[in-house]
Amino acid sequence: MVSSAAPSPPMGLIAEITHRCPLQCAYCANPLELTVPARELSTEQWRRVIDQSAKIGVLQFHFTGGEPLARKDLPELVAHAAKAGLYTNLITSGVLLDEAMMAALLAAGIDHIQLSFQEADAAAADHFGGYKGGHAKKLAAAARIRAAGLALTLNFVIHRQNMHHLPAMLALAEALQADRVEVAHAQYYGWALVNRAALLPTREQLDAANRQVAEARARLEGKIAIDYVVPDYYAARPKACMGGWGNRFIHIAPDGKALPCHAAESIPGMQFASVREMGLAEIWRHDPAFARFRGTDWMPEPCRSCDRREIDWGGCRCQALALTGDAAATDPACAKAPAHGVIEAIIAAPVENPPPLTPRRLKGM
Amino acid sequence: MSAAPTADTGNGAAVPRFRRGVKLRHDAARGQWVLLAPEKAFVLDAIAAEILKLVDGARSLEGIASDLAQRFNAPRDVVSADIAAALADLARKGAIEW
Repeated sequence: MVSSAAPSPPMGLIAEITHRCPLQCAYCANPLELTVPARELSTEQWRRVIDQSAKIGVLQFHFTGGEPLARKDLPELVAHAAKAGLYTNLITSGVLLDEAMMAALLAAGIDHIQLSFQEADAAAADHFGGYKGGHAKKLAAAARIRAAGLALTLNFVIHRQNMHHLPAMLALAEALQADRVEVAHAQYYGWALVNRAALLPTREQLDAANRQVAEARARLEGKIAIDYVVPDYYAARPKACMGGWGNRFIHIAPDGKALPCHAAESIPGMQFASVREMGLAEIWRHDPAFARFRGTDWMPEPCRSCDRREIDWGGCRCQALALTGDAAATDPACAKAPAHGVIEAIIAAPVENPPPLTPRRLKGM
Repeated sequence: MSAAPTADTGNGAAVPRFRRGVKLRHDAARGQWVLLAPEKAFVLDAIAAEILKLVDGARSLEGIASDLAQRFNAPRDVVSADIAAALADLARKGAIEW
């Protein structure tokens, strides 16, 4: 049963404007099946999405990818979003953020930039990013963002092979005068799921990271805010994925598919509407895909009678699918889930010698 | 940079301002004021909205208090303490600096 009450307006729209990217991170959140440039929405189509977003109550518009700067019309789209009254956020690797692009984004009215780093050490960072000289370009980009007076967040994805340098990463954020730092353990979907055995930390590594983050938070209080995402394989309760399915966010794929989360297309049998054919208001309120796991009516036990059902929202549908074969199951990350044993078996079998990483690549490029 | 006011003595001369990347917006779809920040949105009650509309990086805490006390015909010391508390809360959340 799907609740017939109209959902409250979405808080944010995540615009995955392209899958093109100069980097090849093995934990990329993009799907394995990347969208080719010819299938990307046009500038005009994105402008329409922006207008519709503002109209239905989206507050924050996140430009991401791939590498969003791979699209030459990004400043134009940012300007359009700023003019529509949206808070504009850019999530970038920074390697294409040269002086001219910084000036164009500033003139367009960008509000906040999230800059990703793969490591604190240049050689290691270039290794994980698969892009020689990338780290140096990121450092230059951080300096440009700082000089422009913009709010700067540094994003670090940490995993088994780089987390011993977490203190150096936090020191880098301090040296670059970031306002915020996001330290997120790789989440095992798409490319990161393929590479899980090489990325999943040991319990000891995780304990050390937890301590280091707690220390840094105390030391940098009032100066740099640190957001920390633990790998939910080690958590007793699942993450509230996307703040609940169809509850807070709309994700638009490069080809215009409107998704409740970036990995939703991995769920077999689901049809997703495209902004090429349907308006955002209609999609948000009436698309069966958004309604499918919205709220609590869809939930099985033990979620249905759990007092955390409106905190966790049953966890993550794509993870339930990936680990149990059933997207409607309780997320196995939850200790109360019938399939929690799957997670316990994975973390109980640490890999002595992690296999080589499979880099993210767009076929035919 | 001026010193943050304290709960006991206050510091009326302190000038609050929004931190980098923080913006006050009226949200027409929900009919309310919101404070937007990196990866965060704060929904504001009517009082907080009136306070934040006067945060411009030039006006002091006392300046804001005088304006609101007069407009709402309320005792100035009470208004001043309420504003200091509201702004201290937002400072802790990383939205306001002094």
